[in-house]
Amino acid sequence: MIDWLLEPYQYEFMRRALFVLAVTSVVMGVVGGFVVHKGLAFSGDALAHASLAGVAVAFVSGASVGFGALVAAVLTALGIGWTRDRARVSADTAIGIVFVAMFSIGILILSRRQSYTPDLMSFVFGNILGVSNGDVIGSAVLAVVLLLFVGACYRELLLVAYDPAMASTTGVPSKVFQYATLVMVAVAVVVALKAIGIVLVNAMLLIPVSTAALFLRRLPSIMIAGALIAFGCAAAGLHLSYYAGVATSPAIVLVACAAFLVVLAVTSRRGVLPSTAMAIEGVAE
Amino acid sequence: MALEGRHVPAREPLAEHHHAVSALEVRHLTAGYPGMPPAIEDVSLRVPVGEIVGLIGPNGAGKSTLFKSILGLMSPTSGEVLAFGRPVREARADIAYMPQVEEVDWAFPVSVLDVVLMGRYHGPRPFLGWSKGDREASMVALERVRLAPYASRQVGQLSGGQRRRVLMARAIARGARLLLLDEPFAGLDAAVQHDLLAILDDLASEGRSIFLATHDLSCVANSCDEACCLNKRVIAAGLPSEVLTESILTATFERHLLAIPQAAEVVRFADDEHAHEHSHRGTR
Repeated sequence: MIDWLLEPYQYEFMRRALFVLAVTSVVMGVVGGFVVHKGLAFSGDALAHASLAGVAVAFVSGASVGFGALVAAVLTALGIGWTRDRARVSADTAIGIVFVAMFSIGILILSRRQSYTPDLMSFVFGNILGVSNGDVIGSAVLAVVLLLFVGACYRELLLVAYDPAMASTTGVPSKVFQYATLVMVAVAVVVALKAIGIVLVNAMLLIPVSTAALFLRRLPSIMIAGALIAFGCAAAGLHLSYYAGVATSPAIVLVACAAFLVVLAVTSRRGVLPSTAMAIEGVAE
Repeated sequence: MALEGRHVPAREPLAEHHHAVSALEVRHLTAGYPGMPPAIEDVSLRVPVGEIVGLIGPNGAGKSTLFKSILGLMSPTSGEVLAFGRPVREARADIAYMPQVEEVDWAFPVSVLDVVLMGRYHGPRPFLGWSKGDREASMVALERVRLAPYASRQVGQLSGGQRRRVLMARAIARGARLLLLDEPFAGLDAAVQHDLLAILDDLASEGRSIFLATHDLSCVANSCDEACCLNKRVIAAGLPSEVLTESILTATFERHLLAIPQAAEVVRFADDEHAHEHSHRGTR
């Protein structure tokens, strides 16, 4: 059993993969907490897809692909916020318009190239086994910056997520933090991009945190549990892909889906949910 | 009338201190959404220190626009708003706002205490979170609305009346001298409404000033020191007994309400009830 668990990690690329997944999981838990409870699920998907424009430009120009994705995702986050504020359309419509524009730019640029290279596909579908040391450092730095920001501004982010109008009346710059929340999602998407891929990254923002929210009642505990669940699913998915020889990122997402269903089944039984929450969070009757 | 003698013992000394300055003063305020006719026009009103002023008007009268403009959530086209003689922007610590209960996301994973703590926000404290003083003040506010035993519940588990009490506790925890309450009684039964009114009475008797929007005429007749009728403009303002008359209400609501023939009766009955309540309270 121990051998079965440890065997994959005799390879450096597997150790690197596990480390990137750990970093990604923490970010998915923390940012996913805001995404799930602020109803930003569509934004997460949109930002991931929009990053393709940056990936494409970087590919063509020879710049760093991670940096390109970051710029594209952050610009899209700001564009979504701006469109939402200005246009007399629903937020969903605004997001839909902005992200398809960015995604189309990406496809358009790539269509000029003769063939999709494997390296490009690793951004679309994720290629955790192909992460370089540079990717590892890039992800880690972004993750640390993001966590420092959340730590420094947690109260502001919480107030704005919960009740933006009231937050404004207490002096929190609501608009700034609404934009900041979207930028955080953009950064989270980029952290996870190489590991999970554009197509599936949103799943890791949503599923682990939603699983935690089935049995927990406060945002900080949901974020921590979400991160742990994300890492558990990521490690399990990594093993599955190692032994079964299948692609890693869909394996991780499917494990996460299975975990969600199991927790849902357990907590759906009456009484389990409140008692678990009380035990874990010290909630009084 | 019983109304006039109500808060006097506790309030009068405080009121004298602040005699010159109103808790809230709105001067010739015109505001609305861009590209639309103004929702409120040339609105002027005052909330004296230590008084409860009730704002009434039909749907679409501009009550929300007035609140948003007062709070700085919307920029007025013209006019100004002063809280304790200063622009609202500079008086944030003195103002607490209670939104309509529908505007809050009750499914959000926060506890009752988490929500009340939000009222204590007075500026950034990077990495430090809430202080011990913030927690203590929040618990005191929760005790005041009798929700202390529910502090660690998720807010979604509370009933409608309890949810309003949480929002009220959040406003109280702020320690503000002026409370702006948007429809605090909507959809509550008489008993719960009575509880909330008793809390407001206490706050006013401490010298806090309260400006509340409501649809409930009898609540204004019963419990407000002054009434203000709004329908795009201020139709009338003054003592509830003077303002809640047939002609003013007809002008405010733009129709002859069925209730109006009894309006005077409602006021009188309410006063009787209040007189009774007052003597009862005196014995507590």
